Amino acid sequence: MMEEILIAGFGGQGVMSMGQLIAYAGMTEGKFVSWLPSYGPEQRGGTANCAVVVSEEQVGSPLVSRPTTAIVLNNPSYEKFEPMVRAGGLLVVNSSLISKVSPRTDIRVLNIDATDKANELGNPKVANIILLGAFLEETGILSDESILEALKKVLSPEKHSLLEINRQALELGRSLTKAPTH
Amino acid sequence: MTMKTVFEKTSGLTDNQTHYCPGCTHGIIHRMVGEVLEEMGILEDTVGVASVGCSVLSYEYFNCDMTQAAHGRAPAVATGIKRVLPDRFVFTYQGDGDLASIGIAEAVHAAARGENITVIFVNNAIYGMTGGQMAPTTLVGQKTATTPFGRDASIQGLPIRVSEMLSTLDGTAYIERVSTHDVPNILKAKKAIRKAFETQKQGLGFSMVEILSSCPTNWGLDPNESLDWIKDNMVPAYPLGVYKDVPKGGDEW
Amino acid sequence: MGKVLMKGNEVIAEAAVHAGCKYFFGYPITPQSELVAYMARRLPEVGGLFLQAESEVAAINMVYGAAGTGVRVMTSSSSPGFSLKQEGISYLVGAELPALIVNVVRGGPGLGNIQPAQSDYFQVTKGGGHGDYHTPVLAPSTLQEIIDLTEAAFDIADRYRTPVILLGDGMLGQMMEPVEFKELSERKPEQKEWATTGTRGDGKPRIISSLELNADALEKRNELLQKKFTMIKQNEVRFETFETEDADYIVTAYGTAARIAMNAINKARKDGLKIGMIRPITLWPFPEQPFIATRDRVKGYLSVEMSAGQMVEDVRLAVEGKAPVSFFGRTGGVVPTQEEIYDQIIQLAGGVEV
Repeated sequence: MMEEILIAGFGGQGVMSMGQLIAYAGMTEGKFVSWLPSYGPEQRGGTANCAVVVSEEQVGSPLVSRPTTAIVLNNPSYEKFEPMVRAGGLLVVNSSLISKVSPRTDIRVLNIDATDKANELGNPKVANIILLGAFLEETGILSDESILEALKKVLSPEKHSLLEINRQALELGRSLTKAPTH
Repeated sequence: MTMKTVFEKTSGLTDNQTHYCPGCTHGIIHRMVGEVLEEMGILEDTVGVASVGCSVLSYEYFNCDMTQAAHGRAPAVATGIKRVLPDRFVFTYQGDGDLASIGIAEAVHAAARGENITVIFVNNAIYGMTGGQMAPTTLVGQKTATTPFGRDASIQGLPIRVSEMLSTLDGTAYIERVSTHDVPNILKAKKAIRKAFETQKQGLGFSMVEILSSCPTNWGLDPNESLDWIKDNMVPAYPLGVYKDVPKGGDEW
Repeated sequence: MGKVLMKGNEVIAEAAVHAGCKYFFGYPITPQSELVAYMARRLPEVGGLFLQAESEVAAINMVYGAAGTGVRVMTSSSSPGFSLKQEGISYLVGAELPALIVNVVRGGPGLGNIQPAQSDYFQVTKGGGHGDYHTPVLAPSTLQEIIDLTEAAFDIADRYRTPVILLGDGMLGQMMEPVEFKELSERKPEQKEWATTGTRGDGKPRIISSLELNADALEKRNELLQKKFTMIKQNEVRFETFETEDADYIVTAYGTAARIAMNAINKARKDGLKIGMIRPITLWPFPEQPFIATRDRVKGYLSVEMSAGQMVEDVRLAVEGKAPVSFFGRTGGVVPTQEEIYDQIIQLAGGVEV
């Protein structure tokens, strides 16, 4: 198993931390992982992205040019990465902010209205976790326990009160994959 | 009959013969620094930093541990030493080209940080080692190898008064400008050097003594004329006196 | 201690602390700024000192001063800032002072950009500053390897009284990977009888200097330096090989480029091509031995670099014309993809049978 994941969106959408959660959880489960951010001026206001590799073997390239999964949270990220997903791969789309629907038939596409659903849950910041839940449901590469464990590490202790809503968001994300999408 | 000892060379200097030109006052300044280190009993606790220029070989003359620094970088090197060994005495010995030209950034920032070091700044208004070129402290009208018609403010700009400039920085604790052109001034200079090392001893911050010095060779004067030239030309441009003497640098913040 | 997920820049910093380095003088520059920030927070915890210098020039000279007192000391920068340190590095070599200098390389020349590159290879391996000298250069390719090589770098620096360069790039500095540190233990500081710490009753004053005005004496001194470089060449060469025994073609790359090339090699192997890998870990001294061992039987080498072709010159020197050496590189902060490298391998091997 080698998942090469690209996560992209606006700065502030939790793109980087989402990638770190996957890397942390993968490490907890004894897998080889790497996390690589885009960095520099582009992380200040424009689109941000990170590449995560989760593998049963030592990670070679941390750079992901043809992802097995792309999770895109805004339009510019969709435009950039939708064509890059490897045939047979997965595209997770935040359909609350992206109106386009991928015409590709050689990949699986999940359109999840994550921002709307996060607002319904009461915290727009967990949209990324909803998408993460959908991704995990579809690929089955990591357990919720490891993700929640990772959350405890990524969130500072005074923010541990947010663990519960993140757990709910994860669960909600998983359930949303059952809805017909493509 | 036993002879009474009336004068001894300071143990602060080695027995090496210096390479300085006849009439150059570097030798006097070396001796004063050496005597102060000896009199304070701190020779064994001192690390000196030699710079680049005529005093590049000063590491051969001071009788304490010495490090030779790249051109202009002595205050940075001294910072590295002092930060590792805060209980040792650290001084730099720099000329005007080294300190006021290529090394002005290092001098300003060491002063601004209030590095607890002592800078012996020898100002003779010219580059000596490279053959008499213009220094940042060369006087307006002064002829040098690179200002053959005299320093022209409209072309080369105006000289830098280092003591005045550095004394504006809150990190500086003690700054005095002294001269070597006659005995009373030399005695004052030695007192100033002593005070600078005492300042360091008390941990008060950056101390510097700017010492007006002669360069008969590159000025084209004989030794006596050179001393007069300091008095008549340098002292008016670089007024002597204490520019900074505060209980502790940076306290007003 | 268990595994932790850390950024490469932070791993370098923590590895230095583990190697007994308590003094850091630096100046911020992307993409290595996390290293500086980590040290600012971390060194006071171990009784050390972090000082932000006014420039890279000042930082390397503070290192020079601190190194002269005999402690383990380091600085770090990225390409443009590393260029500014060259004067100081030459002085460290001349005065025979040990220190670690980290270069997290970015795109150049000039201000270039802040993306990963390997275009400072010539600068770090061929001297860089003025005078006849080399500095040992260690080039890790994983974050775990950073830990081993940072300690090795300090050991080499002390053993030979020389500055040592740890060479990374923006990708290695910015990425996160799980790493495991050994338990932090208090190290006994090494006795350095040449250090200038004040004589304090231990004999005559010592002098640290790179100046020697007498030509014959400087030549003697340089001969001693060259002897030292020869010893380093004999003792400190490091490299890794992967399936070179049966390889028809050997890819050679270091650091980040080597990681990416490994993906391409693995794919080519799956496709039935006999491709091997030589990964230099020390860039100076350059590992000639694995090339000498393979050059009479392989059909060719491919040097993959994030530069316009720099290490390839050392590869050609090591291969001595006994096999063709080709080159593939991207520059300016563009990182070659595994797909591009795979295509290069296929082209070199004359296609893949389907």
